[in-house]
Amino acid sequence: MADAEGIITHIPHLRRYARALTGDQVSAEDLVQDTLERAWKRMALWRPGSNIRAWLFTIMHNLYVNQIKAAARGLRGNGEQAESSVPVSPTQDDRLELRDLNKALQRLPHDQREVVLLIGLEQLSYGEAAKIIGVPIGTIMSRLSRGREQLRLMMNRANSSAQLKAIK
Amino acid sequence: MTSQSATVSETDLQAYVDGMLGEERRGEVETYLADHLQEQARVKAYQEQNRLLHASFDAVLAEPIPAQWRIPIRPWPFFARAFAAALAWIVVGGIMGWFLRGEMTNRSAKEIDFARQAALAHAVYTPEVRHPVEVTAEQEEHLVRWLSKRLGGTLKVPHLIDLGYELVGGRLLPGDQGPVAQFMYQERSGKRLTLYVKTDPSSERETAFQYSQQGKVAVFYWLDRRLSYALSAEMPKDELLKVANAIYERLNS
Repeated sequence: MADAEGIITHIPHLRRYARALTGDQVSAEDLVQDTLERAWKRMALWRPGSNIRAWLFTIMHNLYVNQIKAAARGLRGNGEQAESSVPVSPTQDDRLELRDLNKALQRLPHDQREVVLLIGLEQLSYGEAAKIIGVPIGTIMSRLSRGREQLRLMMNRANSSAQLKAIK
Repeated sequence: MTSQSATVSETDLQAYVDGMLGEERRGEVETYLADHLQEQARVKAYQEQNRLLHASFDAVLAEPIPAQWRIPIRPWPFFARAFAAALAWIVVGGIMGWFLRGEMTNRSAKEIDFARQAALAHAVYTPEVRHPVEVTAEQEEHLVRWLSKRLGGTLKVPHLIDLGYELVGGRLLPGDQGPVAQFMYQERSGKRLTLYVKTDPSSERETAFQYSQQGKVAVFYWLDRRLSYALSAEMPKDELLKVANAIYERLNS
């Protein structure tokens, strides 16, 4: 049986990750709640000695991906995947918003956002992230690289538009 | 471009940002960045992203954890269902008891009631993670002496280890006519069964095993002179019967 204390010590990290991932408190808390419910239920399946942190984040990842899929199905006709609908060139009105890192993050495709956060915020290794998301390390590296570059460009535009406004 | 700089890959740059390079490799990347200002700016921006992420979200780590997240949630849906089922039985039993009051002897109504109480106690205590029992099996001798004294009889705790069930321990519970003992056993998978025992000094009867399904909980119960037993578990009837047989044999050996 998994050590209950082991699960409890990771709750703050699951919560921080969920907050950054979903961008709002209510969805984040729901995601943590669902993750823990599933973790307690499956505690007997967890192999002692294996990485409990990776196990918990894997549960959260699976729940999150299911949510994204359900939301995409709900969109039907205009249900373009976040991946392809990323505004690489945001409109004028969007720019000011992007000063906020949180908003910039939410503009990333979810698969890049996950990787940027697991590594940049939760400081997991590339190997752990690959295991959690269930893709090869190469895929993790390319998502990380693209995600960070997108974020950088968004933040730059936000900055330059803010400067522009200051000059006016 | 020097040949050295050509060996620095995008992966190296990312790993540099995340502080995941060895000392030597880090030095090589730094040398490369010194010659490539654009890349250097990019790497700095990424490092700044990491810093901003922590600045934005680290406060979440300090938020108090809701109490319901700290306890295993698993038992509750089961508990709620079992409790509702047990409650429904009490209502049904009450109505049936009223209509059948002339046809049913007091004795058998009492026995069904006993099975119901055993199932309820099973549903209440088996989901407990931290305190399933009052006295653990490590103090088995004390447990048996204590419960025997409180029940006013000589109790025996059958060992079921050969059937895959290990004694967890026992507790004292209130019953209709005095204290009741509950012994709990656990299988390796975590599946638990309970043996509910009460004394009835006036009884000299022995009965065969009787079966009662109380919601999800299956109960075999029987009277063995001054002691009444009820064995409860969430398992198929025939599987539970094997355990009941083993217990009966061991109690009478």
